[in-house]
Amino acid sequence: MLSPQIIDLLIKGLIDTLHMVAVSGAIGTLIGLPLGVLLAVTGRGELLQNLVFNRIIGAVVNMTRSTPFIILVVAIIPFTRLVAGTSIGTSAAIVPLTVAAAPFIARVVENAIREVDRGLIEAAQAMGATPFQIVRKVLLPEALPAIAMGLTLSAVSLIGYSAMVGAVGGGGLGDLGIRYGYQRFLPEVMLAVVVVLIVLVQVVQSTGDWIARRVNKRNLKV
Amino acid sequence: MITLTNLQKTFPARGSGVPVQALADIDLTIGRGEIFGIIGRSGAGKSTLLRTINLLEKPTTGSVRVDDVEMTALSAAELRQARHSIGMIFQHFNLLSSRTVFDNVALPLELAGMPKAEIKTAVEPLLDLVGLAEKRDRYPAELSGGQKQRVGIARALASKPKVLLSDEATSALDPETTTQILHLLADINRRLGLTIVLITHEIAVIKEICHKVAVMEGGRIIEQGPVFDIFAHPSHPTTRSFVDPVINRGIPDSLKDRLSPTPQPGANPVLRITFTGEKATSPVISAISRKLNLDLNIWHGQIDEIQGAPFGTLVVEALGDSTSVEAAVSLLKVNHLGVEVLGHAVPANH
Ligand SMILES: Nc1ncnc2c1ncn2[C@@H]1O[C@H](COP(=O)(O)OP(=O)(O)O)[C@@H](O)[C@H]1O
Ligand SMILES: [Mg+2]
Repeated sequence: MLSPQIIDLLIKGLIDTLHMVAVSGAIGTLIGLPLGVLLAVTGRGELLQNLVFNRIIGAVVNMTRSTPFIILVVAIIPFTRLVAGTSIGTSAAIVPLTVAAAPFIARVVENAIREVDRGLIEAAQAMGATPFQIVRKVLLPEALPAIAMGLTLSAVSLIGYSAMVGAVGGGGLGDLGIRYGYQRFLPEVMLAVVVVLIVLVQVVQSTGDWIARRVNKRNLKV
Repeated sequence: MITLTNLQKTFPARGSGVPVQALADIDLTIGRGEIFGIIGRSGAGKSTLLRTINLLEKPTTGSVRVDDVEMTALSAAELRQARHSIGMIFQHFNLLSSRTVFDNVALPLELAGMPKAEIKTAVEPLLDLVGLAEKRDRYPAELSGGQKQRVGIARALASKPKVLLSDEATSALDPETTTQILHLLADINRRLGLTIVLITHEIAVIKEICHKVAVMEGGRIIEQGPVFDIFAHPSHPTTRSFVDPVINRGIPDSLKDRLSPTPQPGANPVLRITFTGEKATSPVISAISRKLNLDLNIWHGQIDEIQGAPFGTLVVEALGDSTSVEAAVSLLKVNHLGVEVLGHAVPANH
């Protein structure tokens, strides 16, 4: 049904997509995780309350998050060129994907940390823990199941976004679908792309759920 | 061990509300090795008071001295150091769900930078002490409430504190488990000489293990003293409302209806006589009865135990003239029995 060339293209598209999602997800986490922690602990009545800092970071995060992704891709082309040296192709696509992922992950992490029972923070303070120790030994481990779920959600969103950057020459499965499925009108390629994306999202979601369950010690059967 | 002097705490107004004065004019001295209970209704300021001891709550004014250290004068780093010698346990345990029993108990030691091998030798005896050695690799979600609180206690003891603060530690537990946890605390107090400050809204907790008690209302301490004295002679109405249900100082309702607060023709005075363990009462009472030719009609009698010492109450109607009743009262007082005129009994057929 699908020619070997098409299958090769599918495999290459999948690898490109995985590459984009993995790299932007990793860098996004590297930036988003500390940002999320800072957002959570500098809020009103929190461990290291600093409302000015909190509002500034919050505003930057919101700005990026409220810009539709496709607009963001185009709007930051100069920045993308500066970082990646080009504005087309897989490496270039990683730049807007990361810019979208980092604030998303920051909010996810912030919410996960805010969900941690305040009593635990109080107990740690009563033990003489420093704020840094509280973050490392209490907040992050306790928020881990929620963070794992949030990162899974981020990865799934990134798969969707990575297909979108295909529309502006980003490579990957989305690019394949647009160029072959839509422009050359090969419906079977379009179908194959959609199926691969669905399977990919399923695999990512199930893996994420599994990890979140593994790290969650809160609902163990007695 | 702990001295709170002229402590005040006012929380700033939230939104359009008014500021809340949670603590007012608190003066409290807690001796080394004491189990000191603080009782009061919800919102009385108990938690706020307890939390000022380790400065989780910074008092607006006043002094907090723990083991001769003025806590309010410490820098952030010094305060963290000082907190290593003040353990704390909580109503909802506040255990880390992501850590096993062992790792929860190890947490304060990790925070203090103790090497792993030393942590192991420090934690294991603590798990034995609270009877949870075989649960060491379990997670809090796999434990009962009582077991969780035992982990909380072991964790609080890990850094070898001199003081243990307990914020309603048994309030989320069933009565049987409460008793077990209280006995564990009393045992730790005896064995380690640990000073324990516990707050509760349950008078039974005070009765069970506390040496001294302070009663709080509206951010103030309205009464304090040795548990025995407070139970035997509560002076504030709030204290009485706490003590009455557990120490039956009251009289049956059917008799209450016959009491008039003022003397009436044909009404006999009703006395409440209280006595403590060592004082044999019946010889005294029968002697008085004989000597003064006074008949004592017993309405109600009860013996309770407070802090292991018997405490008795006898409500009697004195059938005699006012001079012999007055003589009886002074004779009872001479014999160191507590006497209180409750009222005057209107004859039943009225
Ligand atoms: N962080 C806070 N901010 C404002 N008001 C508070 C705060 N903590 C306690 N309060 C108020 O102080 C009073 C005493 O509270 P608390 O010490 O928790 O009482 P208790 O432990 O006896 O129930 C209550 O009126 C409560 O609403
Ligand atoms: Mg309270």
